Amino acid sequence: MEGFETHEQDVLVIGAGGAGLRAAIEATSQGVSVGLVCKSLLGKAHTVMAEGGVAAAMANVDKQDNWQVHFKDTMLGGKMLNNWRMAQLHAQQAPDRVRELEQWGALFDRTPDGNILQRAFGGHTCNRLCHVGDRTGLEMIRTLQDRAVHQKVPVYMECTVTHLFKAGERACGVLAYWREQGRFVVFLAKAIILATGGVGKAFRITSNSWEYTSDGLGMAYNIGAQLMDMEFVQFHPTGMVWPPGVKGLLVTEAVRGEGGRLTNKKGERFMERYDPKRMELSTRDQVSRAIYTEVKEGRGSEHGGVYLDVSHLDAESVKKKLPSMYHQFKELADVDITKQPMEVGPTTHYMMGGLRVDAETTATTVPGLFAAGEVAAGMHGGNRLGGNSLSDLLVFGRLAGLHAAEFAKKNREQPRFSDAEVQGATRKLLEPFERTEGPSPYEIHEELQDTMQNLVGIMRIEEDLKKALEKLQELRKKLRSVRVTGSRLYNPGWHLAYDLNNLLNTSEAITRSALTRQESRGAHTRLDYPKTDPEWGKVNHIISKDGEEMRISRSPLPLMPPELQKLFEESH
Amino acid sequence: MAEVTIRVSQGTAEHAEEKSYRVPVATGMVVLDAIHYIQSHFAPDLAVRWNCKAAKCGSCSAEVNGKPRLMCKTRLDDFAAGEEIVVYPIKTFPRIKDLVTDVSWNYKVNQRIVPFSPRKDAKWTMHQPDMDRVQEFRKCIECFLCQDVCHVLRNHELKDRFAGPRFFVRVAGLEMHPLDGASRIAYLRQEAGIGLCNITKCCTEVCPEEIHITDNAIIPLKERVVDEYFDPLTRLFRMFGGK
Repeated sequence: MEGFETHEQDVLVIGAGGAGLRAAIEATSQGVSVGLVCKSLLGKAHTVMAEGGVAAAMANVDKQDNWQVHFKDTMLGGKMLNNWRMAQLHAQQAPDRVRELEQWGALFDRTPDGNILQRAFGGHTCNRLCHVGDRTGLEMIRTLQDRAVHQKVPVYMECTVTHLFKAGERACGVLAYWREQGRFVVFLAKAIILATGGVGKAFRITSNSWEYTSDGLGMAYNIGAQLMDMEFVQFHPTGMVWPPGVKGLLVTEAVRGEGGRLTNKKGERFMERYDPKRMELSTRDQVSRAIYTEVKEGRGSEHGGVYLDVSHLDAESVKKKLPSMYHQFKELADVDITKQPMEVGPTTHYMMGGLRVDAETTATTVPGLFAAGEVAAGMHGGNRLGGNSLSDLLVFGRLAGLHAAEFAKKNREQPRFSDAEVQGATRKLLEPFERTEGPSPYEIHEELQDTMQNLVGIMRIEEDLKKALEKLQELRKKLRSVRVTGSRLYNPGWHLAYDLNNLLNTSEAITRSALTRQESRGAHTRLDYPKTDPEWGKVNHIISKDGEEMRISRSPLPLMPPELQKLFEESH
Repeated sequence: MAEVTIRVSQGTAEHAEEKSYRVPVATGMVVLDAIHYIQSHFAPDLAVRWNCKAAKCGSCSAEVNGKPRLMCKTRLDDFAAGEEIVVYPIKTFPRIKDLVTDVSWNYKVNQRIVPFSPRKDAKWTMHQPDMDRVQEFRKCIECFLCQDVCHVLRNHELKDRFAGPRFFVRVAGLEMHPLDGASRIAYLRQEAGIGLCNITKCCTEVCPEEIHITDNAIIPLKERVVDEYFDPLTRLFRMFGGK
């Protein structure tokens, strides 16, 4: 039997993107001991790829902006399915979180009077996105990373958490392995924060990296946490479509924020037909559906997308405001965006659904377990506005750190879980090495990606969704005989073999929720139920584990107080 | 379909060997795509770091045909038809397995740098022209290719006396921040060993973010060190200023 390296902290944070880092910083400043575990090297999490900006109603450019306007934009963008309290806290606290970043050394682009510059973005009625060219995420993660490092937060890099454990009802520890050596490690904690991001790697065309395998969702589901609104997967309208190797790579919404135009092969600015008022700066769900429709009806570009053009703008300003887009297209697609149009199409980008959390504290339905950022549900409802993710990470990352620290202070004793549980988990992890035959994890992953892409994509229909469920069951069976070769030393095949468990659970949750919601709303579009149904607008979908079965139920939306409801009456 | 031959150095610090693979080529394919193809078809345990695949995270650094590069930005059609492509891990850091090296030394160096320390009177208004030069340093994606190519680290192995170009870039970003009030000059001279750099510009040449590491970061920092330690007026001022 293998012995385990063990670490013990008051608060354990899993994931070192924006939410995890912000949570670790906050918990540390609350005076508790904190550990931060991440799958990649520090500073490489997906936040680094965020481009366009962080949304905060600072009113540096549009004086009429305030938290109420931001709140309203967020709720309308989310098709009113958002948890109103999360959307309110987010809109109220985002400006302070951005100012704080600046005080920690971040350097945002400036207005002529020396304040933080804010740009236009889809669904935001004011110029609201604080940014650094088109590399805002890099600025944010580096600032947070350096802050956490100088707070001396212990960081366990390239360490993958595979199982959460409970003592009684309370989450109190995890099993993980060091990617480098393949050795197992146990972390004990009084409170655990999940900041593990989304599930993009379940789809073929995605802007997400290998890390996006929904580990947090899968692990928390397994110990009884509730998932919510899993049918809402955001397909970002503009991913690269050509050449094949870069298909899905993100083209920032800032391209449209800076004045980029979408056209079809006939040269028509087709958004006129879908959202004449907001045009290219419509919400992501609408623009994605519009592009999908243009391509489907034969008006697409050469490689099955549409055109996105900034060549009418001043070339020098394009290079200054969108430097990484300029380089990305020049180097990977031989396209000079100051002269030629880009070819773009929808790409899987973000999970609106996730763990059901308490708005004030980010507590999940399992005591001692908190969740912030993309892994949590509620904030964005049925569709997320661009720029609201970076602010979400900061606002709810901080709240998670604060409340997890409080929880750890109130519950001083460290609960223990049995060694047998850990042994059982490691046995399961090592099983694929023992098989002499069986499918490779890469093969199963490709089949999963094709299934989700083709059957549970932007446009959904009952027949496809049912087919997808059958296919997912088949893949589960296949996964039980998956075979891994090589040693435990830095073995990506082995890592993927386990990630597939979480991907399959989450994919099933997405598919079941999509099948049950018989309407179209936000990012969830049903060809067989094209209308938005007011009855469905009153409930969230709740998913929980019931033995080996996945159970779906409905829960009424929390009731918005009258003073906030009034904001919506005024405009309609 | 056209194919290309790729040789990948595989193994550990103790034992490694080149293995050769034939990979089908699609338009616009990059070396990292080829490595992924090898993983899913021939060598499922082939170790490689990558994340964004868009030159934004700096994970997939390697030496391709002897040149330090990001694999996600190195296109197969940059090589002549029939040319073999040979991929090695970055040499300056110890190999863990295949293309993955132990870069933890860099994270330790980073911890020693005095962080951003705002001046007490900071008003938090800054003007774009004052920020342009600092923002250049903030573009660094920590791919560590500059560390890999720097001969002070690569050939002379002076990791105990020299911080390397990446961290001169970080220090430059802090020292030139319009609102920073700390000084890192003593650190640069002593612990970071900036004097060991003899400005051959190798780091600048390999930087995928095109940061002018030598001209805009290292040389101005060297000048500050000289001003602080060797300029007679400054020394006189320090003697009487009590600093």
